[in-house]
Amino acid sequence: MRLKIIVLAKQVPDTRNVGKDAMKADGTVNRAALPAIFNPEDLNALEQALRLKDQNPGSTVTLLTMGPGRAAEIIREGFYRGADGGYLLTDRAFAGADTLATSYALSMAIRSIKDYDLVLCGRQAIDGDTAQVGPQVAEKLGLPQITYAEEIQKVENGHVWVKRRLERGVETVSAPLPSVITVNGTAPDCRPRNARLVQKYKHARTATERQQSADSPYLSLLDARPYLNIAELSAAGVGADAAQCGLSGSPTKVKKIENVVFQAKEGKTLTAADTDMDELMKELIANHTIG
Amino acid sequence: MANYFLDTHHYRFHLHHPLMKRIVELKERGFADKDAYDYAPMDFDDAMDSYGKVLEIVGEICAETIAPNAESVDHDGPTLHDGHVTYAAGTKKNLDVIRKAGLMGISMPRRYGGLNFPIVPYMMAADMVSRADAGFENIWGLQDCAETLYEFGNEDQHKRYIPRVAAGETMSMDLTEPDAGSDLQSVMLKATYNESDGSWRLNGVKRFITNGDSDIHLVLARSEEGTKDGRGLSMFIYDKRNGGVTVRRIENKMGIKGSPTCELVFRNAKAELCGERRLGLIKYVMALMNGARLGIMAQAVGLSEAAYWEGYKYAQERKQFGKAIIEFPAVYEMIALMRAKADASRAILYETARFVDIYKALDDIARERKLTPDERQEQKKYSKLADAFTPVGKAMTTEFANQNAYDAIQVHGGSGFMKDYACERIYRDARITNIYEGTTQLQVVAAIRHVTTGTYLAQIREYDALDYKPELQPMRIKLQGMTAQYEKLVATVTDTKDNEYIDFHARRLVESAAHCIIGYLLLHAANEEDAYRPSAEIYIAYSQAEISKIETYIERFDRSQLEYFMPPNR
Repeated sequence: MRLKIIVLAKQVPDTRNVGKDAMKADGTVNRAALPAIFNPEDLNALEQALRLKDQNPGSTVTLLTMGPGRAAEIIREGFYRGADGGYLLTDRAFAGADTLATSYALSMAIRSIKDYDLVLCGRQAIDGDTAQVGPQVAEKLGLPQITYAEEIQKVENGHVWVKRRLERGVETVSAPLPSVITVNGTAPDCRPRNARLVQKYKHARTATERQQSADSPYLSLLDARPYLNIAELSAAGVGADAAQCGLSGSPTKVKKIENVVFQAKEGKTLTAADTDMDELMKELIANHTIG
Repeated sequence: MANYFLDTHHYRFHLHHPLMKRIVELKERGFADKDAYDYAPMDFDDAMDSYGKVLEIVGEICAETIAPNAESVDHDGPTLHDGHVTYAAGTKKNLDVIRKAGLMGISMPRRYGGLNFPIVPYMMAADMVSRADAGFENIWGLQDCAETLYEFGNEDQHKRYIPRVAAGETMSMDLTEPDAGSDLQSVMLKATYNESDGSWRLNGVKRFITNGDSDIHLVLARSEEGTKDGRGLSMFIYDKRNGGVTVRRIENKMGIKGSPTCELVFRNAKAELCGERRLGLIKYVMALMNGARLGIMAQAVGLSEAAYWEGYKYAQERKQFGKAIIEFPAVYEMIALMRAKADASRAILYETARFVDIYKALDDIARERKLTPDERQEQKKYSKLADAFTPVGKAMTTEFANQNAYDAIQVHGGSGFMKDYACERIYRDARITNIYEGTTQLQVVAAIRHVTTGTYLAQIREYDALDYKPELQPMRIKLQGMTAQYEKLVATVTDTKDNEYIDFHARRLVESAAHCIIGYLLLHAANEEDAYRPSAEIYIAYSQAEISKIETYIERFDRSQLEYFMPPNR
């Protein structure tokens, strides 16, 4: 079966290797100081999509990302790893969106793309760690959702079969197409960027980028090679209601941000002896860690 | 994400050398592929950008996949099952990622699925892979054999084999036999022509074959019955799919343990002739070995770099007497010299790679059309330089790799002697580099004629004639003094016209030439980028002392002393 797969991807600050200037004085993330990367679990989702494409020749993988102009890099990154196309959902109206406004905008974009069998995304993004967007998109589209996917096993008879990673084990479930699947970080790593694809797609640009780099000698390629054009979608273009977008569509209010400095104390080594265990339990109960 | 290509300035510096303009122009034939292949570059800048982007992929894979697997690969090693090799689990993962990233067939033409990269970025990839795991560099680096297949095979063979390499199949070069190591003229593996199906059949044993269970082998075999020397040897292609070759044993080596070194038994193995009969050793294997030697230089450079980082990191972390040990002169001198030797090695590696790039691209163009007189001149010039620089570069970089590995352990003290730190693996891995593809002693044999004919001196003079900043003049003056010492030494030794005596001092003369050459290359680097100033200063100070040591030895050597060194007639 030829599948049409949409992968939701987010450009995030790389919070895994934060330096001293990672936070601003007001407690917000200093995005300028952190390199912008492809959200790691979205890469796991992309790999699952690409594997489905390998299993089902003729399938297509299309990326959808919401963000500022520079998020076009995410689409190129997807091309370098084997994606066939991509949309950049970008509009000033989306600025300041929380998960609700984001999932609204994404769901409207997906509706406008219309023809699809699966929507895949990472479980959560490393900047907000909410894990809300995937499930909310499914709700807004009225589609079944499978979360914590570790392996998309197959698509057969109009159903998708998925192995889920749960706290105490795994389970395999199936859902009818189309469905929304959020992929866990325990799923296989994404394949690397490919040397030929990097060279093939490195000149891919959005219309806005094209205008911004009018003196680039490679712009004529965009006319000669249609696949190098990254489509931009706007709020109006996907029929989104302005009131539900961006800040105005975001009920989340940040009350306070605290900078918590974790102060590790000296480690303690315990043996498996009953006395040690006993003492530990008493200590944990005493400081209300348990009980 | 950690990335070897981005974490130092060295690769970018060597990639952006002025000679790259000419190299890319030749390699891309005026960018003729740009409309035929969607991944071909449009112009010079585009090509350079592509090299950088692809090397970034290599750098990430090296740091994130290959390096983290190195310890387990070294420990597990390949295993033998039913006459075939099973790679260690880590090796399999490395190969899988390398294949998915499309990093095979790097230098091959696009019409055969290759990336058509010049040798310089190709060696840069080898340098990084080796820095991550020198043993894996062998398996990956043997794609180099495709270069020989491309140069000497026919078009039908190109079409059948090169795309397979570009898609990820591995190669090997089956040369050595139990009684034919450095002396390949004594190869005995027998090739017989089979009239009935027009194929050749190979019978015999090969030993010490790196990645000997590869998919596609280049085999040196005796096709001319009754001959005893190199002129009776031809080169063959053996395709594993045809069967007939089994692995009898995997050697238990001191280092590069992830790379299977095999003893192979050929039992009527079907093979096809590559190139012409009788030219196997005298032409093809010589070309193959030159390419392979450049590859070993890259391997040595990667190891030198890895050893430096291990030593540097440890010296910063380890505290004794209340401070980090790197604060002590005895330690920081070692670290600084390791840095200088790594920079020195890289300088001569990429200089050699550029020479090879130009003459090889012109060789390739000569297969399509007649070269212009200017191009012929250019080809001659660079081919000679490549021929001169390859042995001296291989000798120096591999000896430096060993020295850096040794010092990395020394910096670690007792901990370095334990299996807990990577420096002991690097030390074991480095040890083979100055042995295989021709020992340092044999590199000297190949290099000495460029001492006596003046190739090195002429090139040193060219380097001296470049413009250098005023503040670098003191280093230049030192190098001029070293060059004068070198010239005098060459005269002292060669004026005797005693070949035994010249051979006896050959290594010292070649090393003196190398110190001058590398000194100038580092001076040039310091001229272009301030970051190279310390290494240039350190290396020139070090090599000045080395040349003076050699000078003392030779000038005070009484020729009659030579007999004390000769083997006793007992």
